[in-house]
Amino acid sequence: MKKFQLRLTAALCAAVLVFASGCSGSGGSSSDGGDAKKVGVGFIFIGTRDDYGYNQAAYEGSLAVEEELGDQVTVYRQENIPETSEATRALEQMIQQGATILFPTSYGHLDPALVAAEENPDCIFFHQGGLKTSENLGTYFGTIWESFYLCGIAAGMSTESNQLGFVGSFPIPQVLLNINAFQLGAQSVNPDVTTTVVFTGSWSDPAAGTNAANSLIDGGADVIAQHQDSTKTIIGVCESRGVKSIGIHADASELAPEGWITGAVWNWGDLFVDMTKTALAGEFKGSKYDGKYRGGLKEGVVDIAPFGANVSQEIQDAVNEAKAAIISGDLFPFEGEVRDQDGSVVIEEGVRPSVDDLETCDYLVEGCIGSVSE
Amino acid sequence: MINILTYLFSGAVQSGTSVLYGVYGEILSERVGVINLGLEGSMVMGAFGAYAATAQTGSPLLGVLAGMLLGGLLALIHAYLVIARKANQLATGLTLMFLGLGITAFFGRGYVSASIGGGLSAIKIPLLSDIPVIGGLFEQDILTYLSYLLGPALWFLLFKTRFGMLLRGTGESEEVVYAYGLNPKRMRYIGVVMGGMLAGLGGAQLSIAYTKTWIEGMTNGRGVIAVALVILATWQPLKAYIGAYIFGGAQSLQLVLQQQGYDVSPFLLLMLPYLLTLIALFIVSRRKRQVMPAELKKIVESSVSS
Repeated sequence: MKKFQLRLTAALCAAVLVFASGCSGSGGSSSDGGDAKKVGVGFIFIGTRDDYGYNQAAYEGSLAVEEELGDQVTVYRQENIPETSEATRALEQMIQQGATILFPTSYGHLDPALVAAEENPDCIFFHQGGLKTSENLGTYFGTIWESFYLCGIAAGMSTESNQLGFVGSFPIPQVLLNINAFQLGAQSVNPDVTTTVVFTGSWSDPAAGTNAANSLIDGGADVIAQHQDSTKTIIGVCESRGVKSIGIHADASELAPEGWITGAVWNWGDLFVDMTKTALAGEFKGSKYDGKYRGGLKEGVVDIAPFGANVSQEIQDAVNEAKAAIISGDLFPFEGEVRDQDGSVVIEEGVRPSVDDLETCDYLVEGCIGSVSE
Repeated sequence: MINILTYLFSGAVQSGTSVLYGVYGEILSERVGVINLGLEGSMVMGAFGAYAATAQTGSPLLGVLAGMLLGGLLALIHAYLVIARKANQLATGLTLMFLGLGITAFFGRGYVSASIGGGLSAIKIPLLSDIPVIGGLFEQDILTYLSYLLGPALWFLLFKTRFGMLLRGTGESEEVVYAYGLNPKRMRYIGVVMGGMLAGLGGAQLSIAYTKTWIEGMTNGRGVIAVALVILATWQPLKAYIGAYIFGGAQSLQLVLQQQGYDVSPFLLLMLPYLLTLIALFIVSRRKRQVMPAELKKIVESSVSS
């Protein structure tokens, strides 16, 4: 439904509002036109830039590129690009305007981007989160579950009811990994803690999110984490009902002055700048970005948001200590033995699975309440 | 157990209220013989208008009015096209739905991060809110309370006033209204626009009362479901609650079931509200066709045969 809506949104903007080149065509561009020496760098986003979420994080990354490399590049941006052939069109349009480095930032932009990449072999594409690559398309992502492990520690120490809640979108590997890391982190400091998981079946349905948060709170959860695109609604519900919240994607502490604990956030800026530099230097082929690049806390690609005002020093110290241990390699959140909900061993004692292995995750770990069965 | 029941009741109302307004709105529209598939558009316009106006002025009351205004405006376009221009009702409605979604996504960009503070917060009604299990029904926002009262109010309007009789007459037989010395077209405009305003009110409840959020496409098909639920309500405002709360209740029920950790796919549970709605429609649809307003029947039958 959302895809359909957004496609029509774009079409209607163009048709009804009679903007000469269509609002989604040149709306977000910061191009000043005629500068031929500059290289174009294009970003497309699935949503709007200021949603306290996924898009905001990626948008801030694009700002960093502009700030750092503004003398060499012209940045083009388009928001609200659906995960359909519309994305191919948007990318092609940027290429016509002069972009040669492209950042399709939503998971579902992958296939449309692969099409555009094949048709434009001279351009370099960096796709966010994809599992497929091509000659001139590499994918990048952050192991944000590392941050969720840290959030879990903070949540496990903050809870009084020993019941945590997690509002997921869909039971897909990226979401399940975050939930699992969250529970494992919480369990590492509080063996009695459980995480109740509900899925809303949408990345962005504020009413379903509100409903889910309310039902978790009514069920006894006193710390709520989430994996949604836009985080504002659920954090608002938690704050108004006096329970604590854990964010994702971007810092939303200002929405919850009382209950904000911390959040798992992206830090795309440095990575985007480095990827752009690599492409500008013509060194993409064979670089670490040619293929599937995954960065974590150590590389500075993911992090945790600043702590809320009511988070005790003890909790902050415990989290920071674990963070240092993950960065140094002493701690690996998914190091075995890890058991799933049925108690079967899914990661053997002492084993540290590769990121590729982890990204096939289809289970919830012991201590999670909820279902992911097919 | 008591906790779960309490949550189920209040959850049904919370998820169902915006849909309920949609059902009321569509009942009015169809009572005058116009199917408005653009209801979703009116609802999302209402959600956006209410949020934007509240963010700008700080007044939720102005927000509610703006939401109704925008919802009514989109319905007015529908009314003009199908009444004056005799456009196909189904095609026009669908197009307007997407127009509403498009306009609000475009103009709403700046409001995604805007804050409206408390919006319309919940108001506890003393005594009633202390009743076990159903007390939660009386711990809601003002628009939800209004939706409780609107069923009887609309019933009174439609069945106990002369104005309402003429509205219904327009949907049953234009000739009668002509014979009465009135222009049925005018009654039709009134019914459709009032319907759009009610849908807008439902959108306002969603954005400034329930979620305190604006994001594009936030109605997520609630206006579309409302159109289907009108059949379940057999065009009776007093029965509008049934469908809306079945739908809302199923939304809450699936969340409760997920939390119990039963070995059921969450994808299956997410289908529950739609499945239950379909089952309900299946059970009633055969015999309820008799009570469809006659002018509406013409539209439906001509669209099916053409």
